[in-house]
Amino acid sequence: MNDTMLEIKNLHAKVGEKEILKGVDLLIRKGEIHAVMGPNGAGKSTLSAVLAGRPDYVVTEGSVTFLGRDLLAMSPEERSWAGIFLSFQYPVEIPGVSITNFIKAAVNERRKALGLDALKAGDFIKLMKEKMALVQMRGEFAKREVNVGFSGGEKKRNEIFQMAVLEPALAILDETDSGLDVDALRIVADGVNALHTPETAAIVITHYQRLLDLIVPDVVHILKDGRIVRTAGRELVQEIEANGYDAF
Amino acid sequence: MKEKIIDKGHYQEKPVDPDAIRVVSGEHRRLCLTPAEDLSFVLEKDAELELCLVMMPVEPMEIKLRVDFVGEGAKASLSGFYICRDAEVKLSVEVLHRVGGCTSRQLFNGIVAGSAKASFDGKITVAPDAQGSKAFQENHNLLLSSLAWADTRPQLEIYADDVECSHGATVGKLNEDELFYMRSRGIPEPEARVLQMISFLAPVLASVPEEQREGLIENVEITVRNL
Repeated sequence: MNDTMLEIKNLHAKVGEKEILKGVDLLIRKGEIHAVMGPNGAGKSTLSAVLAGRPDYVVTEGSVTFLGRDLLAMSPEERSWAGIFLSFQYPVEIPGVSITNFIKAAVNERRKALGLDALKAGDFIKLMKEKMALVQMRGEFAKREVNVGFSGGEKKRNEIFQMAVLEPALAILDETDSGLDVDALRIVADGVNALHTPETAAIVITHYQRLLDLIVPDVVHILKDGRIVRTAGRELVQEIEANGYDAF
Repeated sequence: MKEKIIDKGHYQEKPVDPDAIRVVSGEHRRLCLTPAEDLSFVLEKDAELELCLVMMPVEPMEIKLRVDFVGEGAKASLSGFYICRDAEVKLSVEVLHRVGGCTSRQLFNGIVAGSAKASFDGKITVAPDAQGSKAFQENHNLLLSSLAWADTRPQLEIYADDVECSHGATVGKLNEDELFYMRSRGIPEPEARVLQMISFLAPVLASVPEEQREGLIENVEITVRNL
């Protein structure tokens, strides 16, 4: 049985003329939670952007296989349909577009891509309510413009809400803990944990231990200067907290 | 009371348009329309005008809008949008604060596609005696292609000293961060662009009377989908 979710081999990527990823190797199996830690500028956000298919990040070498498919050949929307979800470090504001309309477009475009009919109005409302409850969003949230005027915590809860709706096979959380207070952090972590199954996987990118106390990783990687310099179990988190990244 | 010396320098009193539509004292008029010809309004004391211009032309269009404040305490909220692909749009808006204590707000947003051209000329004049005037103007343009062209010319002529005036004009392209965000949620690029354009026009669409809004948004969606 093949339980490989994501396999990254010798991944090199650049932004503009600058090479940021310099040969990343990573293997993620179904059911696993991987933490990627590292100092600022190590390439953590670049890795997440490349996996989600951000157009201005150019892969110069290497391969990424996702559930047996060549991920790098797919557009960002195709990656989403295939089951990749990126929780943005800085979620984008879309004035004039309500959460409801945004989610409706996301859900129904995917259904269309998968050859399914659009969700019936009643079923859509039910889906929204169920997933909003997961991140403790109140009803009026659905009417608000996407991320406009949201607090840091609300933006991140909105990301996890979208993740809950889209039910990805692989969730990539790019510094989802940044700018969150303790309560929001717990809501976000509870949401992520509730969505985790033996069939899904997650990459949790963070600087700090506090999120990893709540979303407990199976494997921890240290990314430094565009390469993974150390891979170990969750005990590595303590080691980083004690010694910093300079030791690696 | 301290005497104020006002330099009436270059101010030239323009006659009131005799053919203008008069919004009489205390009246509140709300209009949302596609202009077929030039429009001119005169606002009397405490009159209120809310006007939204809808311009999605298939043929070249040139419209002049003029609003003249002749009575104190009047308010004009002027908004509109243009979406042009094949046809050129020229819009000139002239607001004249002849008397004090009036407020004018302008918001005109335009989407220009293909090799179309759009130009916006916005002139606000505040007469020397029109103290306490408030005048705001914004014009934003979204260019969808490298051949699309937009020209925006805000002009403020202010002869009074106790006024609050501002203007802002932009010409830009669709935001790539927004686009990637939507695509990462499984919204394909063409559909994401439609959402972005609706988003760009949203502040103007918000000023459309509710009973007209839904139908208009549907219309706008169809139009931007075909750009």
